Order: sequence, then C-alpha cells, then structure tokens
Amino acid sequence: MPNSAFIIKNGFIIDPSQNIEGVGDLLVENGKIAGIYFKNGKKDPKKNGAANKEIKTIDASGRYVLPGLIDMHVHLREPGFEHKENINTGTRAAVNGGFTSVCCMPNTDPVNDNATVTSYIIKKAREQGICNVYPIGAITKAQKGEELAEFGMMREAGCIGFSDDGHPVTNSLMMRRALEYSKIFDSPIISHCEDLLLADSGVMNEGAVSSMLGLKGIPSGAEDIMVARDILLAKLTGGRLHIAHVSTKCSVALIRRAKEQGIRVTAETCPHYFTITDKAVIGYNTSAKVNPPLRTEEDIEAIKEGLRDGTIDVIATDHAPHHKDEKLQEFDKAPSGISGLETALGLSLALVRNGVISMKQLAEKMCLNPSLITGVRAGNLKQGSDADIVIIDQDAEFTVDADKLLSKGKNTPFCGVKLKGLPVITIVKGNIYERQH
Amino acid sequence: MQKDLVSISEISKDDIELILDTASSFRDVLRRDIKKVPTLRGKTVVNLFFEPSTRTRTSFELAEKRLSTDVFNFSVPTSSVVKGESLLDTVRTIQSYGADYIVIRHSASGVPHFIAQNVDASVINAGDGINEHPTQALLDAFTIRERKKDIKGLEIALVGDIVHSRVARSNILCLLKLGANLRLIGPPTLIPNTLPEGIRVFHDMDEGLKGVDVIMMLRIQMERMGKGFFPSTREYFKLWGINCERLSIARKDAIVMHPGPMNRGIEISSEVADGAQSVILDQVTNGIAVRMAVLYLLGGSRNAE
Repeated sequence: MPNSAFIIKNGFIIDPSQNIEGVGDLLVENGKIAGIYFKNGKKDPKKNGAANKEIKTIDASGRYVLPGLIDMHVHLREPGFEHKENINTGTRAAVNGGFTSVCCMPNTDPVNDNATVTSYIIKKAREQGICNVYPIGAITKAQKGEELAEFGMMREAGCIGFSDDGHPVTNSLMMRRALEYSKIFDSPIISHCEDLLLADSGVMNEGAVSSMLGLKGIPSGAEDIMVARDILLAKLTGGRLHIAHVSTKCSVALIRRAKEQGIRVTAETCPHYFTITDKAVIGYNTSAKVNPPLRTEEDIEAIKEGLRDGTIDVIATDHAPHHKDEKLQEFDKAPSGISGLETALGLSLALVRNGVISMKQLAEKMCLNPSLITGVRAGNLKQGSDADIVIIDQDAEFTVDADKLLSKGKNTPFCGVKLKGLPVITIVKGNIYERQH
Repeated sequence: MQKDLVSISEISKDDIELILDTASSFRDVLRRDIKKVPTLRGKTVVNLFFEPSTRTRTSFELAEKRLSTDVFNFSVPTSSVVKGESLLDTVRTIQSYGADYIVIRHSASGVPHFIAQNVDASVINAGDGINEHPTQALLDAFTIRERKKDIKGLEIALVGDIVHSRVARSNILCLLKLGANLRLIGPPTLIPNTLPEGIRVFHDMDEGLKGVDVIMMLRIQMERMGKGFFPSTREYFKLWGINCERLSIARKDAIVMHPGPMNRGIEISSEVADGAQSVILDQVTNGIAVRMAVLYLLGGSRNAE
C-alpha cells in the first residue's frame, strides 16, 4: 500500500506542464498529488485538513523535485529474451534511474505486433513491474516490413505508439501507409532511421576511427537519408512522425527545417549521443557498440544545439540490455546496445551544469514532452495526477559500476565514469523508492 | 618487446627495426643445410585459424618448427567452435593446454586484441578481418630492405583493393613508420575515405607509377565484383593491372611485390609475376625468417619477466 499521505518539503519544484518553478512543498495523498504549496506564504499544507495529523515528511531542501521521468524508448526484452532483462529487473532499473514510466519497444520474441502480446506485457508489468509500463506496438507484422500490424487492436490493448525499432521499415510505401493509417488514433510512428543497404555490414561509425580500427563503418548518411525520407512522408500524409535516437548533425538540421515548415515531426536523442564519440570504441570495446553508432564531436555539438533550441524534444535512453556473454565476443558478432536507464539522468544533468539546457528544459525533455508525444497520463505534478515524482540531488556524485546496476544489462560504456546528480528518491503512485548504490 | 604482436599500429619503429634485424640472422639459418635451431625448445605454439589459410599457416608452422617449438594446429571445421562454443571459451581451453603462444587468424577485426586481453600466452595476429596482418607487413619491409637497403625516402605504391586489405593497412602503418613515401592506386570504391596524412592517391595507374621504387600489388577478391566495387575483371586489369608496359613507367630498378595468392591476368600479368623485377618468391622465404624473429623476440620478453 502506498503511504497514505506524505509531504515533500522545501524542494525546488519544477513542473513545466503548469509552468511551475520554485521552492515549495508537495503533498501526496493516497498515491495522488494533493497539492503544491509555495514558500511565499500563500498556502500552508499544515493548515489543511489532510495535514492535521502527523504525516511523514521527506526533506528535499536543496534538491529538485520533478515529475517522475518518462523514458519513451526502452527494451525490456520480455517476452523472449529474459536472459537480457525482464519486466521486473527493467522497471527496477528504471526507478533506480528516476523514471516512473517507460515505453517498451516491440522487438521481443514473439514480436509485440498483436493485442495478445500487448496484453501479456501489461499484465506482467502489473504483477511484476514497479513502474508504469506502456508498450509500443510493431508497425509491421513480425517487424518484417511487409504487412501492417493491427494498430487499432493493439491501441485498444494499451499500445501508445508504433515502431519497427531495430528493424527499420525499408519500403517507403509501407511507411507511407503506416503514417496514414495511424492518423485515426493520433499515435506516433516512431522511426528508427537507418538505410540498411547503405549501412551494409557496418559495425560502427564510418570515419577516421573505423579506418584506424579496421572495422566496417556505417556512414551518417545511412541515418540522414531515412530521416529525410520519413520527414517527406510525414509531409505527404500529415501523419505523426517521431524520430528515434537522433545521432547525426545532418538529422538535427533536417528535423529543424521540417519543424519550421510545420511538418508534424518530433525527435529524441539519447545521453550517449551527446556525451561520447566513436573514440569510445577504440580497443574494440563492445560496450560502446550501439545502433545508431556513436559519432563525432561535430555531431555531439549539433545534438546539443538541437536540444537547446528545441529541435530535439526528448531525451530517451534506448536502454538496450544484453547478457554479459553476448558482449564478450568478437566486435562484429556482439549485439548493439547500451544499458542506459541508470546513467541517463546523471549524463543529462551534465548538460544543465554546462549551460546547454536549463533544468526546466531538462524536465520538458524527460517528463512533459514524452507525455505529450505518447499521450500517456504522466509527466506532471497536477493535483489529482498519480504521485509519480523524482527527487534529484544535483550535487551527489557517483562512479558508474556496471556490476551494481539493477538492470540485468551491465553493458555500459560509462563504467568508471564519475557522474554528478542522482535521483535520490523516486516515487511511483505514492510508493517511495530510494536510490540503490 | 611487448607480450603480443597484434598490430603494427601498436609497435614502435625501434621494435620494427629490431624484428627486421633479428630476422636477418634467421634468414642466414634458413640458408644452411640444417635449418633447425633449438632456441624455443619446450615452448608450445597453437595455430588457431578461424579462416582458411594455407600460406600464412604453413609459414608460421615452419617458423615454429625451425625454432624447435611444439606445434599444434587448431582449425575450425574440426573444432568445437562448430558446436557453438564461444571464442572466449575456445581460447581459454587452449590456454589451459599450456600454450605459450597463440597465433590467430580470424575474419572479425579486433579478435587478436580481444584474445590478448584474456590470456597470458603471447598472441600473434596472423590476420584479423579487414584490420591488420602485421607479420605480412614485416616480411614485406624485410624484403624491401633486402633489395633497397634503406626504406626511408623510397617511393612505394600500393595498388588495388586497399579498403578491404589488412595487408595494405599493416603495410601503410609499417612503411610510414620506416619513413617511406606512399601512394595508393586503385578505383575510388576500393580506397578508404580517411587516410593518414601525406599519402597520395591516384586513380590513374600510369600516373601513379611514375618514379616508383616499389610496386605492391594486392589481391583482388572476386566477390567484390558482385557488390559494385568494380564492374568486371577485364576492366579491372585494363585500368589497374600490371603488365610489362606499365612496369616500364616505374623506375628501372623498381621491384614488384604481391602477398599471394595471385590472380594472374586480373591484377598481374604472368610476364611481370615471373619477371626479373619480381620478388614475390623472396617474400615467401622471408616470411619464415620474420615469423621466427617475432616468436623469438616475444618469447624473450616472456623469459625476462
């Protein structure tokens, strides 16, 4: 049972959905937000009826209080790949990272391309998960790019968007149909933009580093071309397009121009794309193997600018856990992906500290915007909303230790890196979780 | 010397020269009637070949035997790898047999690095993916030095499929360290976009061969043809193959090299391959001497520990 009532005192509360920024108290009752009370003396919760009793107090002095973070791009691996992650461990990792809602990609086994699988995931999440789980359905049956999956039935079962993440839709006509058909539900089509034929058998970014290591490269053009195509298809159809994991300078420019033209496109990037470059691969480091691949300084700068000026709406993790043995292989053979849930906030707070974005923008990109794009009822501190909250100590330092991650996926290129900023307490529907390690 | 020889990029000019000087003494041994020395008696070498190879494997095996090591060959079709064993398990098993050296060839770039990080044995890269083939570059440098004395300042042209060639990549790194002037000749589809500074690129073979001291021809792999790297072998030979007429564009005393196996009539004409300027068979003999030197020097570092 959630603590029936508690108060988070003296935190610096930020809720972009209500344009709130200031020191105050946040009252939670029966798993819901009961109210925000500012220090300017307008209202004192102690004088409220609910607060007359002695209630539990969480001191948030000197800390930020934000709506629980929403990660609109994770791989929970269940059903089918439970050796990499499952809904239990994945949601625990999420909460440990400050996330109270996650949207899970459909590339499971079986693929989440029908309402039965969607319902299974939702049921499992209810039984074994500790945060909100919103499935994303496949665009095409078995993610094969040949036939549309049953958007309507999956939507009814609880899918909040559609994506063939990991297996991009190569056929432009199929992508057109998906963007058209999804308009009835106003669900986003989340596109993993990659021209598979151009990417060929590349395993990292094509450039000086791939040349040095003798690894086959994936040119940035493999992403850019598909971003351009999908933007043009969104223009043609009026469908809602969301570009997943933007990694290149050119993608940012294309999305910026599309937004200027009023095309319905939104975009996300991931912490690794604004933090490290393809140099992380040196030494054939498979934990830095990810798709799209880590790029260059120039791309990082463009992505930061995109985050700053609003071209990139969302910071998501693309949390892609893998088993240790799978990464402990030949570089060519090792699967792509980074376990990102538990490092994302620390890496994103570096953007705030370095003046790239404000704390309010961070809250927009990790709370408000993902909720607006996916339509999930989360990401705000409005009275009556679920008490999904994160309390952040922006000065707490920690060194990333893969073995201590709650996720089964220990595959992080940030091992040994000192990060600043921790979600010390994460609250899901009134349930309080303290950050572990 | 370090524990391993996994790439030319990670060894110094001094190490390269030490290997080449040591190889000279072993080259003398190979000229004797009895070609075997007891230098590494009692040491065990495992040749771990995940890719088919006759020349490199034979060359290593001869080098190992002439140093009196115990050799065993672990080839993939007969091993548990086909039963689904992971690379790491295979290598750890071999380590447990008591191997002092592991000579490895693999189709994936970086595998020798991966293995070197996980075993105590000295790892020698016998070719990894499109990355490096360090002993080939060393034997090529040895062969050039034998004919031209000093590599510094020589004009050396590498011709053909540079982008997929581990031989080319190791040679570029090695020859740059030794002070050569390099040029690459071939179609734009087969030349890397990013190259170390100072390398000149020619798409016109005749232009590229002017004033060249050494011509290194590379093997063309037929499967590249279907993927649009070049349209046909006859067009390839016309534009980038070497024949006597083309050879005359280079310096009079230019030498022609090829790592083998050759495609006669595709990248090299028989007249050139068998001609007076060809040092292709010297490369083969020198390969044994250079590999003996590498085994000897890596062993020395182990004994010194």
